[in-house]
Amino acid sequence: MKYEEIVHRCFRCGYCKLTGDYADFNCPSYRKFRFETYAPGGRMWLIRAWLNDEIQNSERFQEILFSCATCANCVEQCVFTFSDDLVNIFIAAREEMVNRGVIPPVVRDYLKNIYSNGNPYKEPAGERGKWSEGTPIEAYDGQEYLFYVGCVGSYDERGKKIARAVGNLLTKAGVSLGILGSREGCDGNEVRALGEAGLFQFLAEQNIALFKELGVKKIITLDPHAFNAFKKDYPGLGGEFEICHYTQMLASLIQSQKLPLTEYKARVTYHDPCYLGRHNGEYEAPRKVLGSIPGVELIEMDQSRQNAFCCGGGGGNFFTDILGGGEDSPSRVRVRQALDTGAQVIAVACPQCAKMLDDAIKAEELEDTLEVLDVAEIVTRALS
Amino acid sequence: MKDVTLSLAEVVGEKYVSSQPEEAYFYARDPGLMPAHKPDYVVLPKTVEEIQRIVRLANKEKIPIVPMGAGMSLSGLVIPLKGGIVIDMKRMNKIIEVNEKARYVIVEGGTSHGLLKAYLEKRYPRLRHSIPDSPATATIAANVMIHGQGRLSQQYGFNSDMVAGLEIVLPSGDICKIGSCSLSPEWFSKGAPLPDLSGLFLGWFGATGIISKVALKLYPKKRMRDVEIFVTDREDLVPDIIYELTHTEMVEDINIFAQPLPMIFKDNHHIVICVTGDTDEELEFKKKMIFDALDRFIKSKDGGFMSVAPAMKETFLEMPQKSASTFADVTKGGGFEYSGPIIVVERYPECARKLEELATRYALKYNVTARVIGRGHSMMFAFSFTFNRADRDMMDRTKEALHEASEYALASGGVFWKPTIDEQRMAIERMDPNTRNLIKMIKKDLDPNGIMNPGNWEVNVDEI
Ligand SMILES: Cc1cc2nc3c(=O)[nH]c(=O)nc-3n(C[C@H](O)[C@H](O)[C@H](O)COP(=O)(O)OP(=O)(O)OC[C@H]3O[C@@H](n4cnc5c(N)ncnc54)[C@H](O)[C@@H]3O)c2cc1C
Ligand code: SF4
Ligand code: SF4
Repeated sequence: MKYEEIVHRCFRCGYCKLTGDYADFNCPSYRKFRFETYAPGGRMWLIRAWLNDEIQNSERFQEILFSCATCANCVEQCVFTFSDDLVNIFIAAREEMVNRGVIPPVVRDYLKNIYSNGNPYKEPAGERGKWSEGTPIEAYDGQEYLFYVGCVGSYDERGKKIARAVGNLLTKAGVSLGILGSREGCDGNEVRALGEAGLFQFLAEQNIALFKELGVKKIITLDPHAFNAFKKDYPGLGGEFEICHYTQMLASLIQSQKLPLTEYKARVTYHDPCYLGRHNGEYEAPRKVLGSIPGVELIEMDQSRQNAFCCGGGGGNFFTDILGGGEDSPSRVRVRQALDTGAQVIAVACPQCAKMLDDAIKAEELEDTLEVLDVAEIVTRALS
Repeated sequence: MKDVTLSLAEVVGEKYVSSQPEEAYFYARDPGLMPAHKPDYVVLPKTVEEIQRIVRLANKEKIPIVPMGAGMSLSGLVIPLKGGIVIDMKRMNKIIEVNEKARYVIVEGGTSHGLLKAYLEKRYPRLRHSIPDSPATATIAANVMIHGQGRLSQQYGFNSDMVAGLEIVLPSGDICKIGSCSLSPEWFSKGAPLPDLSGLFLGWFGATGIISKVALKLYPKKRMRDVEIFVTDREDLVPDIIYELTHTEMVEDINIFAQPLPMIFKDNHHIVICVTGDTDEELEFKKKMIFDALDRFIKSKDGGFMSVAPAMKETFLEMPQKSASTFADVTKGGGFEYSGPIIVVERYPECARKLEELATRYALKYNVTARVIGRGHSMMFAFSFTFNRADRDMMDRTKEALHEASEYALASGGVFWKPTIDEQRMAIERMDPNTRNLIKMIKKDLDPNGIMNPGNWEVNVDEI
């Protein structure tokens, strides 16, 4: 296994499961399951034990490995020099499990669906661009930007709404962009996170080839997960493009007054998506957008920015739901954290977070108190 | 007998009990060198009533119980030597009450030092507690259980001296309050003016009861903190330097470290002096007193203040000091352990020499750390070695070196702190027979079935 030579270096001290100020537990899987085995240190020790044949693969071992949301809180907080590789180590262990064919059925199904349908929803590729019907968003044909939407934005009801909001805003601001529609392929970020390195490479190479063929130079992504894959992994496979997340684009459009805003009055708290925040260091753009809307009062949660608590959807859990469910599920914990601020709106910048938190609001029966809105949806409400 | 897992699940809920191999593997060991031993069950209670029910069940079925905080003592104290139930306390982490004017806090038995620190910083910025340099996950109850020491120990003694009250689940499953809280709603004292019963529990490693609540004394938090480092290459002078420093009554915390690497540290003993103040004047005045107190060592050219770069200052002022943990990676190996006897300060020079000698003989990376307790009444001297978990031979050498360090410490008048089971055996053997008998009587009366962390403080050494 990759990184095999460093797994034994974990001291199991547990800094990695806390926030930077130690105020709370911040590893979503530990927070839910509460056995040390579900904390980063536990995973490290169990991976080593598994490699040494001291424990066998089991359903529980799989649950422990696949309930990691790859949220990178441990990367942020571990005090040791190998901290940067923690998520990579967990993914490498999953890779090893995929290679040995010992993965949870839900993960296998997810990967199979991507392999055979190109998306996890088992929907035909032809439906991929349907969300854009009735909008002025055009097919990609050499425009300045490719607007890459991804599987959730293309097929999920909640995701589609957000894709429309973003697409409409960008078009309204005069950004020259186009979408791939049925030609779009899965970005593969979750495939990689779930340990299917071969399938990820296949998807990435396909995408890169298509982007190149179409002459794509600049990409705006809807989903921070795609943003991450394009930015971090595609260059190594020959895919060098200029990548930005749509909140970064909105921030600059608002600054240059391409999107004239009036007022949207609301107390808003912003939830940092792990793949935008901790993984890629972008904390400011979404806040800039929200901060520039007259009437928006931005209230931070205790756990924000580097210390943000994951919604539980990362690392494939959005699709596999290994981490979901129950009172201590990360999304419900996060919603309660948002509630504590007194906000009316949880602003998100990721379609996966939006769906996770929407469901959690229902589970917490807070529909009358809290609403989840994407940053683009909030901007839309404030358009003059 | 009903299936124990099922019975435990009835108490804590199915999700919070495990007898699976994954938990059995992890909870069988700690980051130190003690041999692993698997528990049969791991449970995560949320309330004191749940603990009571677990203990009653265990008592009835004569199943061993091991309470566990963060498992960071490094001396194997949470390894279930005889199997049974490990009770991971960390779901019980509420901060129940802060009495600001009486300066105490009541917390549940699984609350971590980190959590309390963050809570006080946010809500009571003028109050603080004595934070040890163990990882921030370390729990308060366990830390007082092992008589830990922290940032305020120079001034106020062991962290267990700062306990202001306990709620204990006895081995029978009954709850018992210890201290003023046994007859008053206020938790201001663990003993005086009553008979001090806290000694029946503190220092016993959970062998006489489980702490479900602990009240801790809080102390004024000054607005500013600063650190100075006094360096001498004459270890023989360290006790005198500490004597002068503690005489000033101006110092928050005194730690000493010595290590061979990097080169500039070699042969030097670094006395880390933390001071606090509410104003610049107060801080400057204290620093001046400290400078004056050490003037004679400077004049004789036996020592001097080192200039401390801002980044280094930050490292030393940080609470807890994370670099204490990263020592575990010096050999790129994930492990360190120390034998940390409590000694009188005069013993520092010989212990420091012994540690260096052991490190050379066993070819190990070492580090001297020592913390002054209670104005020099004693100090904790850590014989610390770092090891590589992937290197069996290095681990064996470390074990041997530690064993020798323990024997040495005991022979030169030291008393083991958080002793491993081997050290406990050595201590019991050497102890005054009447004291030993008293320990035996207490243990037998409180825990007749011997279910509480068995193996620990077992007077019949064969049972260890
Ligand atoms: C890097 C490093 C630095 C350290 N520095 C310091 C330091 O500066 N000062 C210091 O004091 N210590 C230090 N330690 C030692 C130790 O980590 C701490 O004392 C820590 O507070 C122990 O807490 P824990 O929760 O990890 O205890 P654990 O190891 O979980 O438990 C210790 C003992 O207490 C018992 N116990 C746990 N909870 C309960 C309970 N609720 N009721 C009854 N018994 C219980 C356990 O059975 C065990 O016998 C250090 C350790 C490390 C690794
Ligand atoms: S991953 Fe890092 S912070 Fe976490 S337990 Fe291991 S060494 Fe400690
Ligand atoms: S990446 Fe997140 S979920 Fe995974 S171990 Fe680290 S902190 Fe926990």
